[in-house]
Amino acid sequence: MIQDLVIYIVFMGYAIAFMVGIATIFTWVERKQSAIMADRIGANRCYLRIPFTNVKIVAWGLIHGIADGSKMLLKENFTPHTYDRFCYNLAPWLTCAPVLIVFSVIPFGGSLIPGKLLDPISFPRVSQFLVDHYGTKSYIMQVAHLDAGILVVLAISGIGILGTMLAGWSSNNKFSLMGGARAASQMISYEVSMGLTLISLVVTYGTLDLNDMVIWQSGMIFNILPAWGIILQPLAFILFLTAAIAENKRVPFDLPECESELVSGYFTEYTAMKMGLFMLGEFIEIVVVSSLLVTIFLGGYNLPYLTDLGFVLPFGKTIALSHLTVVILQICTFLVKVFLTGCFQIQIRWSVPRFRYDQLMRFGWKFLLPLAALNLVATACMRWFSLKG
Amino acid sequence: MKKDYWNKPSMDLWERLYIFEIIRGLCITGAVFFGNMWKWITFRKGALTAYYPEELRADYSSANRGRHILTQRENGQIQCVSCNMCATVCPAYCIEIQSAAPLDDPFHPKAPDRFEIDYSRCIFCGFCVEACPEDAIRMSKDTPDFPGFDRDKMWATQDLLMNWQPNRDPAKRYPGAGQALQEVHP
Repeated sequence: MIQDLVIYIVFMGYAIAFMVGIATIFTWVERKQSAIMADRIGANRCYLRIPFTNVKIVAWGLIHGIADGSKMLLKENFTPHTYDRFCYNLAPWLTCAPVLIVFSVIPFGGSLIPGKLLDPISFPRVSQFLVDHYGTKSYIMQVAHLDAGILVVLAISGIGILGTMLAGWSSNNKFSLMGGARAASQMISYEVSMGLTLISLVVTYGTLDLNDMVIWQSGMIFNILPAWGIILQPLAFILFLTAAIAENKRVPFDLPECESELVSGYFTEYTAMKMGLFMLGEFIEIVVVSSLLVTIFLGGYNLPYLTDLGFVLPFGKTIALSHLTVVILQICTFLVKVFLTGCFQIQIRWSVPRFRYDQLMRFGWKFLLPLAALNLVATACMRWFSLKG
Repeated sequence: MKKDYWNKPSMDLWERLYIFEIIRGLCITGAVFFGNMWKWITFRKGALTAYYPEELRADYSSANRGRHILTQRENGQIQCVSCNMCATVCPAYCIEIQSAAPLDDPFHPKAPDRFEIDYSRCIFCGFCVEACPEDAIRMSKDTPDFPGFDRDKMWATQDLLMNWQPNRDPAKRYPGAGQALQEVHP
């Protein structure tokens, strides 16, 4: 019992560190990537000076993340006079917390067997301790192993809409209200096509469990290609990516907070760390959306040809690896995939012009939704024929 | 009734499908990104930006009106005779001159003791250069390199103006000591 608790506390710590850490790095990536794309250098003036010396650590502008955070924390917490006190204070948490919760069902590594983690010859005492306490128990590297993981993802990410609506409504400002209304209508319309896309994947994999999906994707097509979702369902990948960016309210779908029309949209009246929560929520959402994309479409923690025992190459060659190496490889694979997917999202954000509001709605309802429905029908037919034999 | 404009945008089916044009756009930005990134990785500069103030632009025009130079005579003395013309014509009032009387040089009994320019106020109009009867002040193409947090530190002193890019004026020859005495007092 207590052993399980220890393991899950470690998983939780890793999950939170993973999200917040990568979100902070993404603020840097967003600045630098846009700069390099536009022949600029990017933010690099922030430094930490080593005390009593004149050595300044710039670290390619990474220090800017610290500066941003401390600025958010130290700013005056200004609130308007006419606002709904309860809802106003609740809204940032309602947008930020569900995003964190969604990650709990995403597997960030394969199965972990603590008893087999360490080599008994090199570390006899620690290894013996682990074997004594854990035996041959196996844990899936996931904070909460739920059978209906994908439904939990949809249900909880839907709560985020409430936060933006509350923020827009309770700050008693017309810009905020407009932003909140736009956010609500946009997120609800794109949630529909996102759900339909996910259903077509559920039909393909035949399971609702995210970990089972990843295990399904560790298989091979024609013994050469990895059976990743993006290869089986390329259209669904594009649809899901579009819907996910729209859910995330980023360019080209950033109408709820477009500066040229609505100042800052639904968080116009928020200052200091409350505004910081919205921003942090946005960047954590990039991480979570990337993790979802990786889990569902890009094979999760799977490297091609890597199994729990080591590499099994298609031409009958095998490279055996220890359990510890496999675990580290899987965690690193997931990290790298999430990072690259996030970079791709940032690339989209800096390349694509923004939609007009009516175009956005038309795109969501008249283009994405029918395509998602068609994709679902086609997938269901394929599945039916393949099951029939 | 909607008016038809001559430059009304029209999109064919390919553009209307949106996704392919988006992919094309992503390829363009991605190509620029990876091109610049490759330059950074191979220790070259992948940006057009100059790190000011650590780095100065090399591509100023030769006619650019930048930082001032106080020219020198052949013997290294300052050319300026402290006539105050430049300070008078200066629209920004940024030139301050304090005169001295070096009476041991009978041909130039007046010379500046302190000639200072306040670069926090200078507008780089070049009137001082135009007004100078002695060709004692010129402007080079380089910019004054005075970024800082304190305006009092943006004054260029006479030493600096004379010596940061020393410029003798060989075109303007002055008579030697004995020779001139004869001419002036025959």
